[in-house]
Amino acid sequence: MQKVRGLVIKRAGELLSDGTVTRVLGYKCGDFFYDVTPAFFESADQLSDLEYGSFCGANLSKYLINACKDQKEGKILVLLKPCDTYSFNQLLTEHRIDRDKIYVIGVGCKGMLDIEKLKAMGFKGITKVLDNGDELDIKTIYGDKKCKRADALLEKCVCCKGKDFKAFDEVIDVEEPGEKGADRFEGVALLENMTSEERFAFWNNELSKCIRCNACRNVCPACSCMKCVFDNPVSGAAGKVNSNSFEEKMFHIIRAFHVAGRCTDCGECSRVCPQGIPLHLLNRKFIKDIDELYGDYQAGEEVGSRAPLVNFTFDDAEPSIVHERGNE
Amino acid sequence: MYTIEKSKLSDLFGAISASCELYLPVKKAGQNNFTKYEAGTEYCDELKTVKSPKDMFFPQSENIVSFEKTDGKIKVTPDTIPTEKTVVFGVRACDVASFDVLDRVFLSEPADSFYKARRENCTVVATACSEPEESCFCSVFGIDPSEPKADVATWFVGEKLYWKALTEKGEELTKAVASVLTEENADGTVEAEKAKIKEIVKNLPLASLSLDGWDGDATEAKFDAPEWEKLSASCLGCGACTFVCPTCQCYDIRDYDTGHGIQRYRCWDSCMYNDFTMMAHGTPRPSQLQRFRQRFMHKLVYFPANNDGMYSCVGCGRCVNKCPISMNIAKVIKAFGGDKS
Repeated sequence: MQKVRGLVIKRAGELLSDGTVTRVLGYKCGDFFYDVTPAFFESADQLSDLEYGSFCGANLSKYLINACKDQKEGKILVLLKPCDTYSFNQLLTEHRIDRDKIYVIGVGCKGMLDIEKLKAMGFKGITKVLDNGDELDIKTIYGDKKCKRADALLEKCVCCKGKDFKAFDEVIDVEEPGEKGADRFEGVALLENMTSEERFAFWNNELSKCIRCNACRNVCPACSCMKCVFDNPVSGAAGKVNSNSFEEKMFHIIRAFHVAGRCTDCGECSRVCPQGIPLHLLNRKFIKDIDELYGDYQAGEEVGSRAPLVNFTFDDAEPSIVHERGNE
Repeated sequence: MYTIEKSKLSDLFGAISASCELYLPVKKAGQNNFTKYEAGTEYCDELKTVKSPKDMFFPQSENIVSFEKTDGKIKVTPDTIPTEKTVVFGVRACDVASFDVLDRVFLSEPADSFYKARRENCTVVATACSEPEESCFCSVFGIDPSEPKADVATWFVGEKLYWKALTEKGEELTKAVASVLTEENADGTVEAEKAKIKEIVKNLPLASLSLDGWDGDATEAKFDAPEWEKLSASCLGCGACTFVCPTCQCYDIRDYDTGHGIQRYRCWDSCMYNDFTMMAHGTPRPSQLQRFRQRFMHKLVYFPANNDGMYSCVGCGRCVNKCPISMNIAKVIKAFGGDKS
């Protein structure tokens, strides 16, 4: 992806210089290889700090909500990976961002890496990861290691939606077109095959780790309420902490319900969770149910599509069927 | 000095938990957190827990008083001060140092009675960091991870755990579990381990951070600095950094309507949240820039100003690992020029 990085810096510099855009929303290098930070660049000389590498998993589309609202002049150039463009379209559909203020460069991606997965493999004190195609060379304080690239992919990349950009003004891509990822409903099927007691135990174990830091909610492009009910002191549901083990489940389940039909499965919730809770499984369960009850639907595939949950057709599943399924 | 075979750790934990509650790092659903010991619980030797052990003394949420209305009268019941004796095992040197920071806040007069009781009832068993990681920078704050200053210091070397009591409380615990420990003159082994750790720490990538310019008198120089805008620009305003931080100590007090009364509780707050320090007139920090700045100014300027120069960061590096956008105190210090390398 170093090639893409070079091309992006060159092109973004041109677009800044000719006035097409006045700022660039991209990724900034950190102290290490994995700690890239989403950042705005306002001049061509700042772009030397622009990073585009294997740890740029963050989905930048949500930052456009605030960026479109501020009073700064000119267009915002944003770097979007193929999967990020689904969130972008969904935000357009929900009128949360202004297409006229945005210039999208679609950036090619061969799958982003997950530092947490590398650590879980037992690598300690990682100081550098060199991407050699199918293999990673891992430099650590305690010696050099290797692992397969495929084993270190972010969950969202394991289940890659494909290399097509669903929105762009131009595309910079030199990667070979890759295969679509693994079946994203495999994990859901595992849960569905459990007994309700087993499933409850699974979620209890996972969700009891929750520290209510709200990282999942704040990073989620579908969570764009001006004031979240869980932050609103007069809602009766506000909470800075899980008062008991029921409440942490309520928070996550309500959030999953609220984004159902709008969640593009961008996977940011699971990526940022400091406790590694597989929150994407809740969303994917809803997506799978919607697919089965109303026909295949992918949020963010196109702008302005009517999601099954806010649309009515005579072919809709009867409420009784939905009800029965709920009693499974 | 005492030792115990690593393979017999469960004997040690059994002996400790016979007379008190034992908390130690345990892996559950893939994550390492301090957890109450029960027979069969396995110690996790990973360097860092996700949450720090500050919950031991300052739990994320605790009830403080309840109000109940019966027969036209209001009954006020303060929650009782905890009396359980506890031991926390496997605390790293940075986290031990974080207790000194928390003590400054909660034990200064008027002392916080809940915190004080938990602190006094707890014996801290620290473990030296045999393999520090790239995100560690405790040495910048003068902390030595080879020699944690707790009630008991321990070192894992080879197949053994080396145990040394450092305080009266530590001596007492050692006596209580003496039956499973072996007395051994192992100073040479432990000294060699310490030297090995010190060498690693010296060469860690963040060891060159410099705190020059950060002290109790830096408010004017730092408060309006242009750096804050860029640093805070992509902050999500979540509380991940504050909730994994061992020294963040801000809390909120809330009332929960139980339907027949009120349960008043205290819970961790985060300066990153938009209702932080909300007052009748509104919030004094309406922008994320202001809230972001507060966190770092508090740790590196306001806290030292009020606490004899003590910083309220211990360089544990949890924020380096856990911030969703990888913005952290090390980057803040560097952005202001604080790097000696």
